Amino acid sequence: MAKEYFFDKADQTNAFITRLDVAMYEESGGPLQGKGIGISDNISTSGIPTTCASRILAGYVPPFDAHVITLLRKAGAAIVGKTNMDEFGAGNTTEHSAYGPTTNPNEASRVAGGSSGGSAAAVATGMVDMALGSDTGGSIRSPAAFCGVVGFKPTNGRVSRYGLIAYSSSMEQIGPLGKTVTDVNTLMSVIAGPDPRDATMYDRPYAHTPSKDIAGMKIAVPDEFFGEGVDPAVAESVRTAIRKLEDAGAETMTCSIPSMSHALAAHYVTGMCEASTNLSRFDGVRFGPPVETKRPWHEEFSDYRGMFFGKEVQRRILLGTFALTEGYYEKYYAKAQVARENMRKDFLRIFRDADIIAGPTMPQIAPKLGEKSDPISMYLADILTAPASLAGVPAISVPCGTVDKMPVGLQLIGRHFEDERVMDAAFAYESEVL
Amino acid sequence: MLLENDVEGIAKLADIQIQKEELTEITVQFNQILEYIDILDSVSEGEVSNSELINVLREDVVIPSLTQEEACANANETEDGHIRAPRVM
Repeated sequence: MAKEYFFDKADQTNAFITRLDVAMYEESGGPLQGKGIGISDNISTSGIPTTCASRILAGYVPPFDAHVITLLRKAGAAIVGKTNMDEFGAGNTTEHSAYGPTTNPNEASRVAGGSSGGSAAAVATGMVDMALGSDTGGSIRSPAAFCGVVGFKPTNGRVSRYGLIAYSSSMEQIGPLGKTVTDVNTLMSVIAGPDPRDATMYDRPYAHTPSKDIAGMKIAVPDEFFGEGVDPAVAESVRTAIRKLEDAGAETMTCSIPSMSHALAAHYVTGMCEASTNLSRFDGVRFGPPVETKRPWHEEFSDYRGMFFGKEVQRRILLGTFALTEGYYEKYYAKAQVARENMRKDFLRIFRDADIIAGPTMPQIAPKLGEKSDPISMYLADILTAPASLAGVPAISVPCGTVDKMPVGLQLIGRHFEDERVMDAAFAYESEVL
Repeated sequence: MLLENDVEGIAKLADIQIQKEELTEITVQFNQILEYIDILDSVSEGEVSNSELINVLREDVVIPSLTQEEACANANETEDGHIRAPRVM
């Protein structure tokens, strides 16, 4: 039987783009019965506007649910609204939203992180019990770290992406955010159901109860995660957290990821190229604000995209288009794929001896609003999260203390399809400090 | 190093109208970003392994999908269940 969920909590951080005052949920006896869940605005929700925080999708109401939404509804969840994000996921501060930035729940003059900043802020402020986000190069882990919540990027292929509006198809992944590892684990167990509509998905359901017994777990700590560009205070906070994992029985070792020197360039080239093709579907014909059908196609299409796409999205489409042109494809895209392969090999090598790789999620605490206005300085903030996205391995961010009263995230990365072990390591850390 | 008219050419190729007054700033940003990603030049030649990839196939049978009405629901101009688009010729 359907029941009403009244969603009347004040939104002080601009976490939501669309919210339902009354959300319906099924008394299904499922694991999420009566829980209020926020959904990143790039995940399709039948009957609820879905804009990707872009003016180019203003007014779009999907006629179908993403697979993860179908699973949430079956589990008894109340979908209370759509959370703010960087337009189409292009950004890591949630400042690149057509609906204004989401502010950090800990300090309003700072960003929430991104791109799934609205989801993290909604969890941190207690507006929702849990939330879904999407992660292409850190978009779940970054806001989780900055807002002080838990955020998990599953192994690519573990969660169906049917109904996720495509930005960078080879990297993006839907994942859960919550206040605790247990909440994130529960949400993961619901969304990892198989779906033949996503051909990149493996049929590996997730039914796991986190265990804090990590005696003998081998944790590798890469030098590069504590190198140049990483705030020493953040690094110290994370080293303290890693010592807690040792207290819990883990064995640590140092390691090196030489391919990290190319990680960001490979990540951005791949993402921009994929975005330049994926975002060509937004032409105002099937959805979005109306096009003028009397004008020639290219003129109208050009003006339309110039008008309705935000500046960062335009920049990425332009760069992606350029990097895919004849003569430059080999120089950029092809080289990026080799760099990506090198990253994957580095992870496979380290994971021969170690079960988990640990380091900071973000190199710094949340920046002030407007501080990352030039593109390069914004891109550099993804240096520690892009590697797991390039390699497709699971990674979680767990809160581990504060620097200047702002939350810091401990990132734990695991082998392909060992999402459960990543969750155990996170749970063991959380159990040590709570 | 890209010049402003190179960027205009890319914008035309990408079907994105950029404003004249934005062109200088976009060109500067473009060159900064390209300078950064040029680090990929130092990646040595290598093979990208596809050995773990498998084809995912299914029978060519109709499965439930959107109705014509649902598919047209967000379109701005429709006629007899079809969507009207700008002319291409």
